[in-house]
Amino acid sequence: MTLELVCPAGTPAALRAAIEAGAHAVYCGFNDETNARNFPGLNFSRAEMADAIGYAHRHDAKVLIAINTFPRAGGLELWTRAVDDAASMQTDAVILADLGLLDYAARTHPALRLHVSVQAAAANADAIGFYARSFGVRRVVLPRVLTVQEIAAINRDIDVETEVFIFGGLCVMAEGRCSLSSYACGNSPNMNGACSPASQVEYREEGGDLVSRLGGFAIDRVKAGAAAPYPTLCKGSFEAGAYRGHVFEDPVSLDAAALIPQLAAAGVTALKIEGRQRSRAYTQAVVRNFRRALDAHAAGRPIAAGELRALTEGQQTTSGAYSKTWR
Amino acid sequence: MTQGRFELTVGPLLFNWPAERLADFYARIADEAPVDRVVIGESVCSKREPFHTDCTEAAIERLERAGKKVVLASLTLVTLERERRAARAMFAPAEGEDGAREVDIDDLTLLGFVPAGGGFSVGPMVNVYGEATLGFLARHGARRVCLPPELPFASVAVLGRAAAELGVGLELFAYGRMPLAISGRCYHARVHGLSKDSCQFVCEQDPDGLPVRTSDGTDFLAINGVQTLSYKYANLVGDLDRLAGAGVTSLRLSPHSGDFVAVTQAFARAAAGEIAPREALRQVQAAAPEAAFTNGFLFGDCGAAALPAA
Repeated sequence: MTLELVCPAGTPAALRAAIEAGAHAVYCGFNDETNARNFPGLNFSRAEMADAIGYAHRHDAKVLIAINTFPRAGGLELWTRAVDDAASMQTDAVILADLGLLDYAARTHPALRLHVSVQAAAANADAIGFYARSFGVRRVVLPRVLTVQEIAAINRDIDVETEVFIFGGLCVMAEGRCSLSSYACGNSPNMNGACSPASQVEYREEGGDLVSRLGGFAIDRVKAGAAAPYPTLCKGSFEAGAYRGHVFEDPVSLDAAALIPQLAAAGVTALKIEGRQRSRAYTQAVVRNFRRALDAHAAGRPIAAGELRALTEGQQTTSGAYSKTWR
Repeated sequence: MTQGRFELTVGPLLFNWPAERLADFYARIADEAPVDRVVIGESVCSKREPFHTDCTEAAIERLERAGKKVVLASLTLVTLERERRAARAMFAPAEGEDGAREVDIDDLTLLGFVPAGGGFSVGPMVNVYGEATLGFLARHGARRVCLPPELPFASVAVLGRAAAELGVGLELFAYGRMPLAISGRCYHARVHGLSKDSCQFVCEQDPDGLPVRTSDGTDFLAINGVQTLSYKYANLVGDLDRLAGAGVTSLRLSPHSGDFVAVTQAFARAAAGEIAPREALRQVQAAAPEAAFTNGFLFGDCGAAALPAA
């Protein structure tokens, strides 16, 4: 069986590009705080979403709408309206994280296909079973804390589909269970849909160094003139006891392309590419390469190594928690 | 032993203390701390558990003899097979007892194990941001919900009204380094050049977590094995009037080294209205002279915002 390739789209143009490049499914969000990539200039108006779904369906691709932040107390309506609109647009599924919103969607739209977002951090078969029994969810996006062996064991114990991240940005923490960003600068991924947002970032020359700051906290420091990394909090350079360096994670991104055969053997249904905030050209190149890799795997051909190297040029990559030594 | 407007809960000990220290700590809580409830057990790393089992059993007996309600802590991130088995077993009555002790659910995995009609409490690492989720948990038997530390006061007030209607207790993380994140990776092992599987239990060296500083020396976070905490301690003892007005019914005080019993006593006096907020802050600071405090998630621009002078 061919693995399903689930690709990001921050704009209608990126969605079309991803589908042209071979995406089986595209995930995207409405342009407000209901989705976990709530960045300026990104995401879809209601009309754009309806058009995008029409375009995707004409090209045999699916659209999955991420409504995966946690509804603000007193503001639930913004989120329930997003679910209602997604249902009325004939979306192929909604990706939800909040218990209350899953409950609402299951009761109000029994025909709507529900996926559990990675933001819900359902990390074992019991948690997944709970979501399946309570809300009839059909797929779970697994948090990036599991090894391939653990994913295989989960798939043996559950009867819903699993989707895993294969490429792109890498959360080091269990997703949806991290408030480092709001501790440093007040913007919460869970509530506002933005981690380490650009509005809170500044670059300053200090004593011959270029220091990147988030909410005033120095996250990274390079020699003036060097390229300053974006101050994503968990990839920053800190001091802890005698240790100096990347306490949480090196500035790496995830590339588990080499693990496609193992993930398939582990019973995974779909592979997800991170990066709704990335450019259309990037999305298109990544999707094209991964689609080629999946087709090769499905046909029993070896996957050409290093095809994606160019896309991560200048950046280290990791296979993250899929390998036990990462922990 | 309700302290006027609030019940007081001692949260689970988040750090890896040696067994003797843990025994002494709970003995003092049993004998001297004016608290209603003690959540006890390992919530951060299952590798630490075997070292504390006997001593925790003894501490539970002692706390119950002293009239404290004992609630069992659960792991914040359940992934391994043995962690799943242990989580399920928490809801089974011990031999010779009628019912199991109340469980503090800190990972939704455990929700599926709750027996019909069984009550439980909810810890701060479960994502309860809105009234729909609060209602869902209440319908499934939640008696008390400790909200995530990052919630702003406006959300707490909305949830306070909802909790009152639902008949659920609303708890805030009111004292101690705040749990901000949980990971599959052990940072203590990482900064000591080890891996999680061969960690040598280096987290034991830091009884309040290992501070993480920025490259310009600003105190920022603290690591505790697979958990990341705030460097600053939450301290809401100066805010009790506002919290009572918002419908908060209990306060969770998270164990630290130093004179933790004195911290609980200061909260109890402030909760009973015996001392003013400024004096309460002074007493808590005296009991934890090294600690920097914040109430920034509730009342400031960010979680790390400085506590305004009382």
